[in-house]
Amino acid sequence: MKLTKAEVEKIAKLSRLELTEEEKDQYAGQLSDVLAYFEKLKEVNTENVEITSQVTGLENVYRNDKINQCDCQKELVKQAAETEEDLIKTRSVF
Amino acid sequence: MNLNLLTIKQAQEKLQKKEISCQELTQSCIIQIENTEEHLHAFLAKNFDQALEQAKKVDRKIKQGEKLKPLEGIPCSIKDIICTKGIRTTAASKMLQNYEPLYDATVIKKIKDAGAIILGKNNCDAWAHGSSTENSDFGPTHNPWDITRVPGGSSGGGGASVAADQVIFALGTDTGGSIRLPASFCGIVGLKPTYGRVSRYGAIAMGSSLDTIGPMTKTVEDAAIVLQIIAGTDKKDSTTPAVKVPDYSQALQKGIKGLKIGIPKQALGQGLDSQVKTLFEVSVKELEKLGAKTKEIEMPYLDYGLAVYYIIMPAEVSSNLGRYEGIRYGRPAKNAADLMEIYTKSRAQGFNPENKRRIMIGTYTLSAGYYDAYYKKAMQVRTLIKKEFENALNKVDLILMPTAPSPAFKLGEKTDDPMQMYLADIYTINLNLAGVPGISMPCGFANGLPVGMQLIGPQFGEEKIFQAANAYEQATGWHKIKPKI
Repeated sequence: MKLTKAEVEKIAKLSRLELTEEEKDQYAGQLSDVLAYFEKLKEVNTENVEITSQVTGLENVYRNDKINQCDCQKELVKQAAETEEDLIKTRSVF
Repeated sequence: MNLNLLTIKQAQEKLQKKEISCQELTQSCIIQIENTEEHLHAFLAKNFDQALEQAKKVDRKIKQGEKLKPLEGIPCSIKDIICTKGIRTTAASKMLQNYEPLYDATVIKKIKDAGAIILGKNNCDAWAHGSSTENSDFGPTHNPWDITRVPGGSSGGGGASVAADQVIFALGTDTGGSIRLPASFCGIVGLKPTYGRVSRYGAIAMGSSLDTIGPMTKTVEDAAIVLQIIAGTDKKDSTTPAVKVPDYSQALQKGIKGLKIGIPKQALGQGLDSQVKTLFEVSVKELEKLGAKTKEIEMPYLDYGLAVYYIIMPAEVSSNLGRYEGIRYGRPAKNAADLMEIYTKSRAQGFNPENKRRIMIGTYTLSAGYYDAYYKKAMQVRTLIKKEFENALNKVDLILMPTAPSPAFKLGEKTDDPMQMYLADIYTINLNLAGVPGISMPCGFANGLPVGMQLIGPQFGEEKIFQAANAYEQATGWHKIKPKI
């Protein structure tokens, strides 16, 4: 199975990545190779096999939802590239 | 003797006995870095002034006869994907090239509390995506044994630094082999602890169900010393079970006699370099001579690990890297018309091709219509792999496998073929899927290049690994052979 250019464009959009035409061609080939390798898993019978999403055996690790002051709001905001009066600046949403 | 050649254990003793000063020790590492960096490029940031200040304080303590803490005065380096307060932390990505964390990762806090001296931040593949350190946005690291070859990845800077005696130890991260592969290629010891044994708070996330932090050291004993400090439960990482941290130094002395070691037939098949195979077989004989009982075991699901890993890891990568959008982190693209374009353009500029491939593979396998065929299927096979390790480790104490299918390859050899690069991880990834610990240690040389083998234990079974690994190391002495750089 080879990914089409349209499929690569759709994946790129969902990934929030702008791609050049050259990249689209390149990734169509490379991603197809990787996806082809995944076909190997079809050999494995997984009927009635539970999924493993984590390996610690821990469940529902709770903590108190207590607010602590960090006194670092200003410094945190300053880490953004564009700021104005302790706020992070960005382009309009629409 | 050049002091930078010392192990943690040796340096500790010499400092405490006032045979050497901490300033001499730190200075000798700095000199080695300055003499070799031109060839190696193992560092992305240096912290020499602060390190020397700290060394002065340690010397005052020694002079006053105070007892030193376990890592006090020991110069080390940190993979640049672990947050260090006030020291630039880039994940080797252009996206974070100006990022200076406001806090220390838990492991950093712990080694600082134990007195370690941080000399700088080590190069790695950007976001730890790679097996060779060639995916660093700031240029590759070179292997100290042959600078035309890669040091392995993604913690290649740490591997090169320790092998070239630029530092006494390093901290790396291992999501699919990123500590063990460079350890194998550089001829040092690298430990991937049990998932959850060491807090990941402050490590820039890659694959959250797989990520671990561990030591890269010159000896097995040193790996035990560092793990002792960094292991333990942490309120800031809810995947760290409250399992007691044993005294690992005790385990080192127990010896290997009577330990049962299983060798999976599946690990010695197609794709394994013939010289690596021969060295591995000689090592098995050596372990038997030392009193271990070895036997061949069947682990058929190992063959599916790579496919499972390259579904699960990119899926987690695509989620974890979603937050890097050029607004809170990185720089917004100049020519963006609206918010969406800030995202797409900033990410296009900030991520490299391997990052983009992984983000897109993950996005694809998680997308509507493909989830069951890929992601769910992979999580089911992961269960089978995990059970296979559990079953095997019920019958034997440890499992032994090669760390990598070949010695270090040439720079540029695999960069155009992602699938070939992924195959370098074939022996390491299964441990991350199963959550079990493993150590890579030197087991000989092929054409002058170091070769590693890995000893694997059950979850939270690092003691048995140390026990066997220390006995093997002491008997063979491979760790004493150093690169000429």
